[in-house]
Amino acid sequence: MVRFLRLVLIFFLAACTHADGGWKAKDISGLMPDLELSMTEAPARPVTAADYRGKIALVFFGYTSCPDVCPTTLVRLAQALRAMPDHGAGARVLFVTVDPSRDTPERLARYVSAFGDGVVGLRGTPEAIDRLTRRYRVSYSLGQPDAKGDYEVSHSSGVFVFDAQGRARLLVRPDDRPADIAADLERLERG
Amino acid sequence: MKEVLSFLLPWEFSPAAFALCVGAVAWYAHRIATLPAAQRPGFGRRASFVAGWAAIYFVMQTHFDYLSQHMFFIHRIQHLALHHLGPFLVALALPLPMPAPLRGLARMKIARLAWRALQNWAVAPILFVGLIYLWLTPSIHFDAMLSAPLYRLMNWSMLLDGLLFWGLMLDPRPRRDGALIGFGLRIWLVLLAIPPQIAIGSYIALSQHDLFDVYAVCGRAWGIAAMDDQAIGGIVTWIPAAMMHVVAALILISRWMRFDQGSTPRRAWSAS
Repeated sequence: MVRFLRLVLIFFLAACTHADGGWKAKDISGLMPDLELSMTEAPARPVTAADYRGKIALVFFGYTSCPDVCPTTLVRLAQALRAMPDHGAGARVLFVTVDPSRDTPERLARYVSAFGDGVVGLRGTPEAIDRLTRRYRVSYSLGQPDAKGDYEVSHSSGVFVFDAQGRARLLVRPDDRPADIAADLERLERG
Repeated sequence: MKEVLSFLLPWEFSPAAFALCVGAVAWYAHRIATLPAAQRPGFGRRASFVAGWAAIYFVMQTHFDYLSQHMFFIHRIQHLALHHLGPFLVALALPLPMPAPLRGLARMKIARLAWRALQNWAVAPILFVGLIYLWLTPSIHFDAMLSAPLYRLMNWSMLLDGLLFWGLMLDPRPRRDGALIGFGLRIWLVLLAIPPQIAIGSYIALSQHDLFDVYAVCGRAWGIAAMDDQAIGGIVTWIPAAMMHVVAALILISRWMRFDQGSTPRRAWSAS
């Protein structure tokens, strides 16, 4: 209860003063729970959040057949990683597929490798995906298949950024520029 | 059928919301069963009470809540039910029996002071309109949709304020019989609360920018253009909400006229 009241107080103070702490992306400290997942890193490595401790994790939900949002977002994130002084060695982009029936482990691994070493693909059971999307209050839905069996997936476009301790810190919006993202990640790395 | 049933299951189970909605209806049914038939409230009042709590339960404790988190216009319908429709229907059943714990609370000095501070002609309408503006402030709305505790705070504040406001406004008694505000002033207050709601609803409906991008960032429940979602949401905030205030004013006018013609007030529930 005390924690809750503190959250409410901080929230309204922040809302009144518009304090953003100088971040370019949206500061979500205290608003969302710590990173927690249990999935497979494509092609075949079982992982939990502990495997990414010590690195900044950028979690993004999408699917490899995505025509627009996913490739452009991954390109921007990859650019941001490259723009960092350590070329993104201290950060990982976790691309979580919400369409595991089409995104086989091999297909997912091939897809993310096109964006560089800093991007990995995560695949889980439908339950594991739903646990993760529910935890971060994001939604996705599979559209109606067309004559060829293709379908579109509507999904979130934000990128949740967790610090090296796995705490939710920033939310990168679709219109944030790679240079700004890089500056935020660098600051996050410095602590 | 299975889909309908699973839709009716809670998305995020809230023991408090469940206890409040189910408890209120169970308590009401129990009290009616113990009243002599001649003293029972009419069918309309009973149906209104149950329908009000059913609406509140439906938007809080079914998968409707999931849709509300991921579609702006459904979120607006949820708040219409929590802040307007549900409490409005419950208040139409006034006077209501008071459970013992509430009677105990009503005897505490601090509770009486808080009650008097909130339930008066100046604070109640400002709080009612102010909460709508507060939670629709884009930056605050964004955070409330990300954070589970803030989301619950938002919905509970709307529900509790709705119950306070409509309970105060739709009191069936005239002032001389114990209502906190007289009929005439109450008619003014429910009507004065309309323009600010039309202003914010029409501003949202007609805005050319995506004011609430949290739904794009976190994903919409199904594919719909952001501007369509926002326009419908603005209209929900604007028209049905304003209509309910007009209905409230008409109800108050008709009750006022009836009392002027010497009708007797609704029998209060016995204190036993």
